[in-house]
Amino acid sequence: MLAIDVLLALAALATAGQCLLLPGLFRAVANLMAFGLVMALIWVRLDAPDVALAEAAIGAGITGALLLTAVGQLPASQRRLHPEHYRVPRWFITMAIIVVLVGGLLWVAMLELLNTGLANAGLAKEVAAALPESGAEHAVTAILLNIRGVDTLLEIAVMLGAVAVIWSLQPAIPPPALGGNYPGLTTLARWLHPLFLLTFCYFLWQGTHAPGGAFPAGAVLGAGGVLLLLTGSIGWMYRYGYNYLLRWLLAAGLLLFLVTALAGLLMTGSLYGLPPTFAGYFIIAIEVAAALSIALMLMTFYLFGRPGR
Amino acid sequence: MSDLLGTALILLGLPFFIASTVGLLRFPDVYARLHALTKADNVGLGLICLGLAVQADSLAVGLKIVLIWGLILLASSTGATLISTSALRHGHPPQQRNDVDKHAGH
Repeated sequence: MLAIDVLLALAALATAGQCLLLPGLFRAVANLMAFGLVMALIWVRLDAPDVALAEAAIGAGITGALLLTAVGQLPASQRRLHPEHYRVPRWFITMAIIVVLVGGLLWVAMLELLNTGLANAGLAKEVAAALPESGAEHAVTAILLNIRGVDTLLEIAVMLGAVAVIWSLQPAIPPPALGGNYPGLTTLARWLHPLFLLTFCYFLWQGTHAPGGAFPAGAVLGAGGVLLLLTGSIGWMYRYGYNYLLRWLLAAGLLLFLVTALAGLLMTGSLYGLPPTFAGYFIIAIEVAAALSIALMLMTFYLFGRPGR
Repeated sequence: MSDLLGTALILLGLPFFIASTVGLLRFPDVYARLHALTKADNVGLGLICLGLAVQADSLAVGLKIVLIWGLILLASSTGATLISTSALRHGHPPQQRNDVDKHAGH
C-alpha cells in the first residue's frame, strides 16, 4: 500500500503544481478538479470516507464547474493567465526549496509524534466517553452536530455569506437556452434525480451510525439540483414572487441551528449545550434542515447572481 | 476461486484503459478522442467493476459496484454527446481522411 500512498502524494503535488504553474486559466481549473479528486482518494486512504465524499462533491465537482463557468464568462483576451511565451518563473527554484524544507520539517515532526506515542494523541478517548450522551451513534456526527456544533453552525453561516456575496455581484444569469440541441442532458438530469434523492436520504439516515451526514447528503442533493437548474428545469428560483421563500429556505438551516443553540443555553446554561435526553431529536432536526439548506445554497451558487429581478 | 476470477477480470480490464489513454493522447481531434475514451474506458471499467463485484463480501455490495458502472455508463455517454455536440456547434469540424494530422509523430 506504500506504493499507492506515494503515487497519490506525487499525483497531488503534480496536479497542484500544474494548476499553479502552467499557463492558461482553463488548464488551471482542469488541474484543480483533478487535484480535488486526488485529495478525495487521499481522504479515503486516511479512512475518512465522509470527508472524501464532501471533497469529491464540493472540491472537485461544484467548485470546478463554478470556476469553469467563470472562465467561460471571461472575454477571450483575459483567459490567459500568462503571456504567450511562457517560461517557468524565476522564483520557482526558491519556492521548490522552501516546499521541500517545510515538507521535511513536517515529516520529522510526524516521526517524532510517532515515537512519543500517537495512541495517546488526540481526543478519541474523550469523544468515545461522551458518545452515549451526545444523541448520535457515530463519533463524527457527534462531534460535528453536538460536541463541536458551533463549528458546523459557523460553516453554514460562511456558506450563507458566500450566497450573499454572489447575489451582490450581478443579476442572475438565466440557464442557457438548450433549444433541443442537447436532448440527453435534460433526460439524464430527470432520470437521475430520483437516485440523487435516494442517496440524499441514505446519507442522512447513515449519518447517525456511520460516516455520512448533512454535508455529504447536502452535496449530493445540491449536485443533482445544479444539474436540474442548468438544464432549465427549475424555473421558480428565478422568479420575483418566490424570492422571499428562497431566502427563508436558504436561511432555514442556520436559523434552526441558532434556535437549537439558544435552546441549549436556556436549558443547560451553556450555548449549544444539548441535554442528553433530547439531543438525538435536535440532531436529526438540525441534520435534515442543514442538509436541505446546504443543497439549496450550492444550487443558488449556480444562479451566478441575484434572482428575481 | 472468486479471488482468482476477480483478479483475472481486473487484469483483463486494464488493457482497455491503457488503450483508451493512448487514444486520448494520440488521436487527432475531439471526436476520435471521445470515441477512444467512452468506448474502451467503459469496457475496461465494466470488467474492473465485475472483478470487484465478484470479490465483494455480500451480494448488496456487489450490486452497488455494478450500479456504479451503470451510472458511469449513463453519465459518460451523455457527457460525450454533450462535448461533441458543443464542439460541432462551435465550429470544430471532424478531421477528414486526407487532412494533415498536426499531432502525428515524425
